[in-house]
Amino acid sequence: MTRLLSAACLTFALTALAAAQSPPPRYGIGTPAPRELVAALDIDVRPDGTGLPPGSGTSREGGEVYGRTCAACHGANGQGGSAEALVGAEPMASAPFGPEYERWRSGRADVPFTIGNYWPYATTIFDYVRRAMPATAPGTLTANETYGLVAWLLMKNGIVPESAVMDADTLPKVVMPARARFAPDNRAGGAVVR
Amino acid sequence: MSTRSAFVICALAYVVSGVSRTVIAQGLGTPISEADVAAWDISILPDGTGLPAGSGTPQQGAATYATKCAVCHGEAGKGGSAAALVGGAPLTSGIETTKTIANFWPSATTIFDFTRRAMPWPKPRSLTNDEVYALTAYLLSLNKIIGENDVMNAQTLPKVRMPNRDGFIARFPERMP
Amino acid sequence: MNDLEIVAGNGLLHRRAFLTGGAALAAAVTGYRLSDTVAAQQLTDEAWSTKPGVAIPEYGIPSSFEKPVSRTLSNPKGEPRTQHARTPHHLVNGTFTPNGLHFVISHSGAPDIDPAKHRLVIHGLVKKPLSFTLDALGRYPMVSRMTFVECGGNSAAMFSNQPTQASVQAIHGLVSCAEWTGVMLSTLLDEAGIDPKATWLIAEGADSLALSRSVPIAKALDDTMVALYQNGERLNPGNGYPMRLLVPGWEGNLNVKWLRRIKLTDQPGLSYYEARTYAPILPNGKAYQFYFLQEVKSFITHPSPGLTLGAPGFYEVSGIAYSASGRIAKVMVSADGGSTWAQAALQEPVLSKAFTRFRVPWKWDGGPAVLQSRAWDEAGNVQPTRAQFVAQRGQTKTPVTNPAAFPSQHYNGPTSWAIQRTGEVTHVYS
Repeated sequence: MTRLLSAACLTFALTALAAAQSPPPRYGIGTPAPRELVAALDIDVRPDGTGLPPGSGTSREGGEVYGRTCAACHGANGQGGSAEALVGAEPMASAPFGPEYERWRSGRADVPFTIGNYWPYATTIFDYVRRAMPATAPGTLTANETYGLVAWLLMKNGIVPESAVMDADTLPKVVMPARARFAPDNRAGGAVVR
Repeated sequence: MSTRSAFVICALAYVVSGVSRTVIAQGLGTPISEADVAAWDISILPDGTGLPAGSGTPQQGAATYATKCAVCHGEAGKGGSAAALVGGAPLTSGIETTKTIANFWPSATTIFDFTRRAMPWPKPRSLTNDEVYALTAYLLSLNKIIGENDVMNAQTLPKVRMPNRDGFIARFPERMP
Repeated sequence: MNDLEIVAGNGLLHRRAFLTGGAALAAAVTGYRLSDTVAAQQLTDEAWSTKPGVAIPEYGIPSSFEKPVSRTLSNPKGEPRTQHARTPHHLVNGTFTPNGLHFVISHSGAPDIDPAKHRLVIHGLVKKPLSFTLDALGRYPMVSRMTFVECGGNSAAMFSNQPTQASVQAIHGLVSCAEWTGVMLSTLLDEAGIDPKATWLIAEGADSLALSRSVPIAKALDDTMVALYQNGERLNPGNGYPMRLLVPGWEGNLNVKWLRRIKLTDQPGLSYYEARTYAPILPNGKAYQFYFLQEVKSFITHPSPGLTLGAPGFYEVSGIAYSASGRIAKVMVSADGGSTWAQAALQEPVLSKAFTRFRVPWKWDGGPAVLQSRAWDEAGNVQPTRAQFVAQRGQTKTPVTNPAAFPSQHYNGPTSWAIQRTGEVTHVYS
């Protein structure tokens, strides 16, 4: 029986090897997508800044855009609207991580996961605002308006000064307060995360 | 892999498949007497088991037929919006031959069973047992399977020999009890 | 594309193409269309991308664009005759049938049963007659299994002496496959205590016809169940809500819907549906009584009439195979009307008495082709050729033009689809 099983395993291994060595077929059914067409749709922005468009904005410019297109839902100062709070870092000592936070939040209905206390990358603000905001008309903000909004949101959270200019060079360099609190999921079959 | 571990795997597979076959009586059914089931028990078997008391003649059946059946099945069973109940071509006429009481039905009890459980279409199980016996007698008489004056009841109906009674074979005889 | 080995006439390829190409390649081969191809488009945001979408409903239904994916009805107004709702096999894929598309035959409509008042009674040749509420049944150990249910009259148009021009839905739409969950009937019979004299049971529904069928006890104790759930949710009304008998692999009508009574007996009832309706006439004038098994069968769903091929090139030929005698062992596909054959890949898992999806990669050269499939089951049964089948079972004297007609029952030969140069698909005998 042992020999039979070994033979079966060998056969399986050889079959798998043969399959792996065959070049994968190509069916040629997809329509080629020209780069310029793809570029029009590709709005991905990565933490290292890849994908950020030309343009720039300041917190002052962003504040005007905010009042016009965002405040109705997110509140005048990024708090207290029907949509989630965008500003606020309390309690910065640990929030929203760990036992200190759990003690702090007990009894509170709202859980303030804000740009100030949670978001690890500033580029995500640009990416998300440009692709999804305002909720009633996503994709309508210009690059300059989006840079301005990001500058205003970072300023209100105390992360950049009022004078900061956000553009493709400066935005990826912003270090977010909660950045160090995130770890890659390194589970390899077990339950332990670093 | 050792012989021993291969054996263990086989044994496990057996146990797992055995679990799914285990029958556990849970005792969740409520006992009910056959007397209480009687109102629902309308199964008539070919040997006459289940046939109720009562009787009927072709003549009585003709009257019931005219008032409750003819509107769909036509005058004297000749067919209307619903199937004809009299006549029928030989089954050797082809696979599409219309199946009728005369050329196909193997057991006279099926007429009683189906008429009582399912007819008349808009108001099933509204016929009395005497009416069902009489209708059965009428249909058998129309098809010249019994005489015009034969009485159908629990004793006579199972004895009626249907013309095509022996015209059937099983597709999978080994599956027949 | 030259990497692909042609293994049978008219461009059928080795099924290994799927193994080496992976899921992405298999997914790419879905070139059949219901309408003309749209021109290459500029990639721009459509209206649905520039504003929030509609609210999600409590019970999800398919997209409004999927309305053609529906059953065809033989009696949509519910007139006093049998109703048939057929599964659109050419518009779905995979191996199980969504509940709203599961075929239904009802001889008197679907009763509107209040589950709180429904009872299942088991009596006759038992030691202790029992009554079960739906709640009580729900407390027994449950089992789930994938199983096809097929009407004995499915594929009846194949008895026509000339090929009926109709879709796979019209011809083979009275078979579907679902995951059924319920209580093994053996569990309930064991509790009632089977009298050794019992050889049959008669199952009866709560529909207006009180439809009844006889099942041998051996099958009842083998794998028959009282099904309470269909694909995870309660049975659809057309499929027997709140409970049905599930007799895996056996003639659909035996799977009594709206089940309310099971009587154990020492003889079959010879009820109307077993003595008359589901008893096919043979050419010699005899008739089969108690056909029971839905024998090994397969048919190609993609492509099939109504699905048009576009440009020549790669297509996936795909279909379903099933057998009452266990798992599907092999499916062979021909693109030249049965002269040469390629072995199809079988979608895992291959389950007993359930749909098995088979697939063969095909390079259509744009010329005429005749596609056909033949299945083998693990018991060694194979689909007969149509010529072999009709030699034994007969065919009509005149062509069947209405695909919903039932000249006879239990056809399990192959089905052939002819591909025209235009890409149109028609039904032929080959």
